[in-house]
Amino acid sequence: MNLKLDQLDQIFVILNNWLLGYLPPVVRPLCSSILAIALILVTFALLFAITTVLERKGLGRIQNRFGPNRVGPCGFLQPIADGIKSLTKEDIVPNPADHVVHFLAPVLLVAAAFMAYAVLPIGRNMILVDMNAGVLYFFAIGSLMELAVFMAGWSSRSKYSLLGAMRAIAQMISYEVPLVLASIVVIMQSGSLSTVSIVNMQATYTGIWPHWFVFTPWGFAGFALFMIAATAESNRSPFDLPEGESEIIAGYYTEYSGFKFALFFLGEYIGMFATSAMAITLFLGGWSAPFSFLTWIPSYFWFFAKLLTIILTFIWVRGTLPRLRMDQLMNLAWEFMLPMTLLNLLTAGVWHFMPAGALRWLICGAMVVVPCILLSRGLKQRKKFQVRKYRFSE
Amino acid sequence: MVGKGIIKGMVETARNFLGSYVSKQRLTTIQYPEERAPQIEAARNFPFLVFDGTDAEQGLRCVACQICEKECPPKCIFIEKSKDKKPDATGKMQFYPATFNIDISVCMSCQICVEVCPFDSIKMDVVYDLSNNDRFAGLLLHKQQLAKSNEYYNTIHPTEAAAVDAHFAEERAKAAARVKAAAEAKLAAEAKAATDAKAKSETTLADTQAQPVGGGTR
Repeated sequence: MNLKLDQLDQIFVILNNWLLGYLPPVVRPLCSSILAIALILVTFALLFAITTVLERKGLGRIQNRFGPNRVGPCGFLQPIADGIKSLTKEDIVPNPADHVVHFLAPVLLVAAAFMAYAVLPIGRNMILVDMNAGVLYFFAIGSLMELAVFMAGWSSRSKYSLLGAMRAIAQMISYEVPLVLASIVVIMQSGSLSTVSIVNMQATYTGIWPHWFVFTPWGFAGFALFMIAATAESNRSPFDLPEGESEIIAGYYTEYSGFKFALFFLGEYIGMFATSAMAITLFLGGWSAPFSFLTWIPSYFWFFAKLLTIILTFIWVRGTLPRLRMDQLMNLAWEFMLPMTLLNLLTAGVWHFMPAGALRWLICGAMVVVPCILLSRGLKQRKKFQVRKYRFSE
Repeated sequence: MVGKGIIKGMVETARNFLGSYVSKQRLTTIQYPEERAPQIEAARNFPFLVFDGTDAEQGLRCVACQICEKECPPKCIFIEKSKDKKPDATGKMQFYPATFNIDISVCMSCQICVEVCPFDSIKMDVVYDLSNNDRFAGLLLHKQQLAKSNEYYNTIHPTEAAAVDAHFAEERAKAAARVKAAAEAKLAAEAKAATDAKAKSETTLADTQAQPVGGGTR
């Protein structure tokens, strides 16, 4: 029985090895990579399709509407209809635009988003490349997306696209700092940049409880900060100023139409999944089960369960919070997130050098909670509403 | 406490999400082609022609007076008067429209045609799904499409239609009374004429008898 379950857990690895057994040994590594890449592309593109329909239906229900319910059973074939629609639409390229860069921008965005999956462990032994600098690679690839955004805004040769790109870049660069700083605590604790060893470190249990980093004061704070920064990084509501569907029409991809427009959405969602998967890898124990008695369930199931939970939370947050103003966005990044992440580094250090016990919990908890309250009060104090004085009209 | 408002909002949206699966009252959307919102009585969009009885051609109230055609602000009505006559709603011999077209792509739903019609024959309809593949011919409604029964009118605007029906009943009673009176008068006149003729014939007979024979010399 145990052996069978283990086989189920490793079924993709076994299948891969079995298929490769028919090939000459020279081409095996290449074919193995191609197979894994194809699987990742298909799985996450499918997840994107499911997420769009889940998001539309979820937002609908949050607003007491039905959401899409016409195409297929309960409207679940809506993504196919959307795909056909965007494929058959005319692809308009502005005449003064730089055609090559205009074409390359969405391609680069999607490619960069997909490249991040190379270092994400989807299950036990299920990783494309076990790089010893995996986390570093992930953030390096993540910043490639900003380049794609700027290419889109610049090549369109439209002032709206350019301004939209500037806003997007300002936001993404601002939030890149807390994103990376929030993840450094994990690297400090685990002493490794390899995603596989980070997950392996968390996949151990005390009694039934796992050793996920989120169950420590610094880990919890790090996770919260990482998720806020990830929301802003992937241009999700409430940080969707670059897109701002109701105010500026799609910002930097104003001049895109047809499938290129859909590619931007694909890239954004794939990027969102990648950062969510990174959050899972760093703080939520990757593919490990939440309790020791549930370890018999295949590891990839846990990974996707966690990923879907985070996606649904993203949808929930999108349905709840209104969009921030530009200055609020920047204040949050530089006056709250940055000091919090820096203090969190200190907390992680204190946690590491103190003996285990209640005192460690108390001190580290206070080191997270007190600055959080103080800093948020500092953010609040600025909000003094006063009657505006007009110089000329009064 | 920081973030209290966010948690409050999250709880509210979660309640909306779950509540929409539990209580149907939360979902105010009407699934249009299958379900329709109940029509209010004052609803109106485009005019139609009312006919009495079962035959649209015979019972048409319109007498082709062309007042609506003249009054229509965007000039969307086109009427051609017939050569012959047929009895109208109250039984009087009247012309009828040989052609009656309304271009609903031009119509602005002002209801002026209804206001000016002295015969209560043109009324406002409530049908709204009129989209068509042909935006010219498809939206030009002919007499056959425009003619709708009085029963239909009664279902869409009951109060208004009841008033019109009462008015017509009164008119028909008056007309019947008039016919009756006319018939009686005719009968009386005939009787009178008969007696008069009788009397006259008698007197003329007497006259001729009384007349001198040599009167014809003039």
